[in-house]
Amino acid sequence: MDNQFTHTAFSSYLNEHRLMGTRNKADGSLYCPPRPIDPLNHSIDMEWFEFKGLGKLEGFTIVYIGSTAMIAAGYDRKNPYCVGIVKLDEGPMISGLILGVDVFHPETIKIGARFNATYVDRGEGEAKKSFLAFEPV
Amino acid sequence: MSSKLARGVALVGAGMSKFGAFKGKSSRDLFVEAFVEMLESVDKGIDPKEINALYVGNYSSDLFEGQGHIAPIMASWTGLSPLPAVRVEDACASAGVAVREGILAVASGMYDVVVVGGVEKMTDLPIEKVTDTLATAADVQYEIPAGFTFPGFYAAMATSYMAAYGATPETFMKVGIKNHNNGAMNEKAQFGAKISTLMEARRQSAIKKGLPVPEWDSEMDFMHDDRANPIVAWPMRLYDCSPVSDGAAVVLLVSEDLAKKYTDHPIYVAGMGQASDGALHDRPVLNSIPSAKLAGEQAYRMAGITPQDIDFAEVHDCFTVAEVIASEDLGFFERGKGWIAAEEGVTSREGAKPINLSGGLKSKGHPVGASGVGQVVEVFKQLRGQAGPRQKPGQLRFGLTHNVGGTGQTCVVHIFERRD
Repeated sequence: MDNQFTHTAFSSYLNEHRLMGTRNKADGSLYCPPRPIDPLNHSIDMEWFEFKGLGKLEGFTIVYIGSTAMIAAGYDRKNPYCVGIVKLDEGPMISGLILGVDVFHPETIKIGARFNATYVDRGEGEAKKSFLAFEPV
Repeated sequence: MSSKLARGVALVGAGMSKFGAFKGKSSRDLFVEAFVEMLESVDKGIDPKEINALYVGNYSSDLFEGQGHIAPIMASWTGLSPLPAVRVEDACASAGVAVREGILAVASGMYDVVVVGGVEKMTDLPIEKVTDTLATAADVQYEIPAGFTFPGFYAAMATSYMAAYGATPETFMKVGIKNHNNGAMNEKAQFGAKISTLMEARRQSAIKKGLPVPEWDSEMDFMHDDRANPIVAWPMRLYDCSPVSDGAAVVLLVSEDLAKKYTDHPIYVAGMGQASDGALHDRPVLNSIPSAKLAGEQAYRMAGITPQDIDFAEVHDCFTVAEVIASEDLGFFERGKGWIAAEEGVTSREGAKPINLSGGLKSKGHPVGASGVGQVVEVFKQLRGQAGPRQKPGQLRFGLTHNVGGTGQTCVVHIFERRD
């Protein structure tokens, strides 16, 4: 088996601002991130599937002490960021940066609110990379 | 697959180092301390030559200390070479899983006497490197690039839990206060002091330095103070998070038929369970940990008991919200009711279902690869009436340990029983 459903492939699609996962050809089950094996029935007959990127917020946090990568991206205690998990309309849940919310008034951010995928580009030239994010609809 | 062990296994010795930040002490130094205390705890004594194998829980000595392959080092430094020495890694559940592997090895009949320990040395690294090292227990391809940190994961679980059931950040603060009350009676705890004691210490420190003296009306007032208790990942604040710790814990497991050779009061393995799972976003909901529920159900089935039969539990409170969620996953309270039980004091020392009599990871400390064995040490002491000032009064029969790796990619549960 030559597994094409890799993180490298997922990231390449992200760099094109596309949110891709996999679909079980037999029963239509959807996975995002992409999975080469359907975890429910072990099928390996999978194909790429493009998600619309629309969904609702399941959980979030405002991070004041970030990872090294997020600190490098300019976030700190005075400039905290929101990260969360969005349940896509097609079914799967995925983690992403949450933009366009008031990080200093987290009580205004509602679980269940509608969000749409957007992409944050970091780095220049060859090192340029896109990261998945969501913003309010 | 059987739901019973091929033969019974008993716990006959337990020891631990103090948990804390110990400059100048490495993993092996702490492990030796715990090992010696374990040997001394065996009522009728043990000759180390009777030991057949060593299992060591450890999360990431490679990144924390630049030392891989530590099981044989622990064997060598405790004088157990050339016995088989096995390292077990399942993130923060490493030690709980090591206990399980030790039990399975004895139950198989291959070994009669096994030492299981856990160790972690975390405080040599600067805090941002500790954060990055802990993050490797998550999915570094799909979770960490989004910006998640470990406090962040549990904070996201908290927002999901609050929205679903009505808990507030104050609920979690009360769990922290409760665990510090318990830890104040544990001489091995890293932050073994009540929140009120910590407040007074800060006031005295300000007076000494000639700085403005902070005033708080109550422990909850202190918990709401952004300066004293800063937000780490909203709604989790500093006092919602277990600390960065060094420490080791060691227990002695023997086959049931040999138990009385070592003590008249062995503690028996009544039940155990373990399950795995994918990333947090791969679960059906964020406010429950499926692997914990499965591990608990397996353990109850093996023990032939229900959650109501558990007299007390040591649960994995890496963050305060985790204790509330665990109390539901383990069936102590109905889904969505754990926060009410926490607020009403049901899980306090005096309550009907005491949780984390040791102070939990919050107050006792969380050397990640040692914590699971640390929990077993507490259950051993409580069931045998040896927990000193924090001893839960009354007849205790069943004690449960619940050890989580990551956000629930691993969970391992054990139920221990006193039969005499």
